[in-house]
Amino acid sequence: MIPPAFDYVRPASVDEAVRALADAGEDAKVLAGGQSLLPLLRLRLAFPELVVDVGRIPELRGVRDEGDALVIGALTTHHDVMHDPLVRRHAGLLAAATETVADPAVRHRGTLGGSLAHADPAGDLPAVVLTLDAELVAVGPNGRRTIPAREFFVDYLQTVLAPDELLVEVRVPKADGWGFHYEKFHRVAQAWPIVGVAALVRRDNGHIAEARVGLSNMGSTPLRATAAEQALAGAGDPDAVARAAESAAEGTRPSQDPSGSPEYRAHLARVLTKRAVLTAAGMG
Amino acid sequence: MTDQAVEREVGRSRLRKEDARLITGQTNWTDNIQVAGLLHLAILRSPMAHARITRVDVSPALERPGVVAAFSGADLADGMGSLPCAWPVTEDIVLPDHPPVAVDEVRYAGDPVAVVVARDRYAAADALESIEVDYEPLPPVLDLEAALADDAPLVHSDKGTNRSYLWPLAAGESFDSVRERAEVTVKRRYHQQRLIPNAMEPRAVVVTPLAASGEYTVYSATQIPHILRIMLAMVTGVPEHKLRVIAPDVGGGFGSKLQVYGEEALALTVARKIGRPVKWTESRSEGYLATHHGRGMIQDIEVAATREGKLLGLKVDLIADMGAYLMLVTPGIPILGAFMYPAIYKMDAYEFNCTGVFTTRTPTDAYRGAGRPEATFAIERVMDELAAELGLDPVELRRRNWIRHEEFPFTSIAGLTYDSGNYEAATEKALALFGYDDLRAEQQKRNERGDAVRLGIGVSTYTEMCGLAPSRVLRDLRYGAGGWEAASIRMLPTGKVEVVTGTSPHGQGHVTCWSQIAADVLGVPFEDVEVVHGDTKAAPQGMDTYGSRSLVVGGEAVHRAAQKVVEKARKVAAHLLEASEQDLEFTNGVFSVKGSPEARRSIQEIAFETFSSHDLPDGMEPTINAETLVDPENFSYPHGTHLCAVEVDTETGRTRIRSYVCVDDVGRVVNPMIVEGQVHGGLAQGIAQALYEEAVYDAEGNLVSGTMADYLVPSAADLPDFVTDRTETPAANSLGVKGVGEAGTIASTPAVVNAVVDALRPLGVHDVRMPCTPERVWQAVRSAGSGKEASA
Repeated sequence: MIPPAFDYVRPASVDEAVRALADAGEDAKVLAGGQSLLPLLRLRLAFPELVVDVGRIPELRGVRDEGDALVIGALTTHHDVMHDPLVRRHAGLLAAATETVADPAVRHRGTLGGSLAHADPAGDLPAVVLTLDAELVAVGPNGRRTIPAREFFVDYLQTVLAPDELLVEVRVPKADGWGFHYEKFHRVAQAWPIVGVAALVRRDNGHIAEARVGLSNMGSTPLRATAAEQALAGAGDPDAVARAAESAAEGTRPSQDPSGSPEYRAHLARVLTKRAVLTAAGMG
Repeated sequence: MTDQAVEREVGRSRLRKEDARLITGQTNWTDNIQVAGLLHLAILRSPMAHARITRVDVSPALERPGVVAAFSGADLADGMGSLPCAWPVTEDIVLPDHPPVAVDEVRYAGDPVAVVVARDRYAAADALESIEVDYEPLPPVLDLEAALADDAPLVHSDKGTNRSYLWPLAAGESFDSVRERAEVTVKRRYHQQRLIPNAMEPRAVVVTPLAASGEYTVYSATQIPHILRIMLAMVTGVPEHKLRVIAPDVGGGFGSKLQVYGEEALALTVARKIGRPVKWTESRSEGYLATHHGRGMIQDIEVAATREGKLLGLKVDLIADMGAYLMLVTPGIPILGAFMYPAIYKMDAYEFNCTGVFTTRTPTDAYRGAGRPEATFAIERVMDELAAELGLDPVELRRRNWIRHEEFPFTSIAGLTYDSGNYEAATEKALALFGYDDLRAEQQKRNERGDAVRLGIGVSTYTEMCGLAPSRVLRDLRYGAGGWEAASIRMLPTGKVEVVTGTSPHGQGHVTCWSQIAADVLGVPFEDVEVVHGDTKAAPQGMDTYGSRSLVVGGEAVHRAAQKVVEKARKVAAHLLEASEQDLEFTNGVFSVKGSPEARRSIQEIAFETFSSHDLPDGMEPTINAETLVDPENFSYPHGTHLCAVEVDTETGRTRIRSYVCVDDVGRVVNPMIVEGQVHGGLAQGIAQALYEEAVYDAEGNLVSGTMADYLVPSAADLPDFVTDRTETPAANSLGVKGVGEAGTIASTPAVVNAVVDALRPLGVHDVRMPCTPERVWQAVRSAGSGKEASA
């Protein structure tokens, strides 16, 4: 397919990028790894006047340790995220989920920040950063602001980012000692999940002290299965986990598409939550 | 002195001669072809499944930068006739006009409406958006049964019906009479979903005109350059001798490039109209709309049998989705299957009826297996159902009905004479490799425990008909051409060899295999042989490549042409060695005189002697080149036994293939590695139909699965390891070959679905509609559990 015509700039710094976005108003799109935007352009589903390619801004890449949290540059590729020793040590859930994203070619081009800013609820990583209680850092003409993941995703492909704001960092609190698992259910290896469940579990004396459960593709945004999370607290055996997981689809509004009906997705959310939590808790 | 023994080429796993240039990108796909002044075509397609066109205004496109010309269907109607259907299967078939660009009415989403010619693809694509078209929506026709109702909206209103044809076949006793005496009957309805072929290389065409002489060269990513040349001459009126068609390296077809496409006629017509070279290349999503689809059928199948499991009769009623138009062989595809429903089984009665139906969807046509996968699926599925009904092991039921090896040649009830085969041997080998008994034991344990993940075992004992086709049979089936194949062999002065073939490979490896065949007969090194194909100027005669015909018919022609060369060379050798022909031996490429081995000439030396022609026998023409046209006397009949074990997660509905064993009998094997590749690819495609792929339309007739994100083509990551093996009963042709292009696709779909149903049968499930998606499996389990009809 042939994309519609657009102007193209490739800023060398965050400031330059933000200026380009501010000058363009509503009609600009940020290009990072291109794994979501380019298909939209080629299918003529997006018609930006200007494409701002942030792919050559070095300060946006890499992972650093800031004590209680890891700071991951928005432009860090999936491949780099999943192989990063800091991520693997302190945010294993993110590494594990990133390993399931699409295929190696996509993971070498696609970026963490791009995936979050695209805000496809069927993406794997939005639900994961939600589960990790991560924070997203954006830079706009008026400076930086930090947005909790819970407030970042607004609707299908929509975030709180203003048109002139650029996502620059993802701050992930270290989850040392928590058990984790990302249970992705998809039909072919490179596909989006029909439903994905991210589980993060803190154990205490063989019981689940605290559980966090994030859901991919169960609504127009990534979701936390809060009812299941509450029910999981104190669960000490697989039956208790299974019972708690029964509430995993509460409050969700999954869509209908050829991969699954809302009813099937709700069922999957319950089954996959049970499995993800059992694995995360070492009870599986 | 004795000759150094040359290793025989046929039977060796030679690396493919084709691959180096293909995998290093040192070839020209059609889209890579650049010529001076090349313009680009883009096609505006109907966004609606069915509508009357009330206005088309292309003039705004002409205002756009870079645009050279723009045409509506009406603008082009004079230059192009209807696209051809070469297989009108009945005398009274309803055969509608098929303009390459719609004029009054669009009949599927994707039907071409207008065309833009521009300096580059970008300008052409942008200009399409400015073309104004007014549509008056008409009702879509999507349901195959509803389309046959008296008051159904019509796809072709001038025809008065959506029924294209009714094609019957009846053999043996009447089915009704055997049903009377049968102790058991099983009747099932199966759905062959629509499939979208996914050749790696999309379709592309380049046309270069030579105005002064009125000659045109058409480069096309096609399987059928020879047929295309004839048909384009008929459709466009460009005289055949002024048309040259070249199929450069072509990246896969699977039947989707066995077609005469509107875009090919369109590119030729536009190039002729504006006197400039033009190129058109489809995008993947454009191809999903406009490249023909495969399958699309409702199958009602009934078997009648005795309590002991002896088949008495078979009745099949098909409703086949033609799509909006009849393309090159659209109506014939289900008819190819008609002969295969009785498969490897003996019976007393067979009845078959096929109704071809028009719908407002992309036309269907050949897709890997073409009619035979559908037939094999239905008979192999219903055999499993019959086995379940009788409480017999499905392998045992097959044993009780198949043709035994000592009964070959055997004429099936459908009238085909199977020349060779050994179903017992292939099955025994497959069962042993699979560990059938152990898996059955494990299955039973799991069922007794009530495991959430069930084990299922599927069997498929298939045969197929390849080597298309004896021309007289094609006549009887009302196909518009013959089924011969041509080969010629040119001995070059330096002793090198050019094999010219009428087949048109697009991934099969003919260059390698034909080299192996010629090298063996001529006794020359494999490396000394080159194969010329896919250009009507260089290889003027041919019937091209489809239906697992190339080796059986085209390879046979190469073999016979090479033998002719040897016989011609023998005359020259006898003359030069001053011996009689009878006294010459020909071994490993060298003629020698019996009893005086020092008197010898190699065939490569003789090639030069013939070229110089200084000392040829009196009256002999100075050539040892030869050509052959082979019209096969019979089809060939590969067969085999495929066994599949699946694990089905009843909680999520996911099916995982745990092991897959196939033992195929494709006759003698020229290149085992290529056979292995064909089997692997075929299995992938058959498994894809069973579990993954489906062209999904919404209620308005829009293609929902319009990109590869929604149409799920499995990759290596989704497929199991395959255990492949072979048995070998030579076919009754001089090479003993049967063809292998479609076997894997034909056999695997029922093996997988049989396994899925076998896993769930204890839960009350007796069918899952293809593709067996996780949701369908989950629904089937749920419905069965609640006592409702267990099909999803």
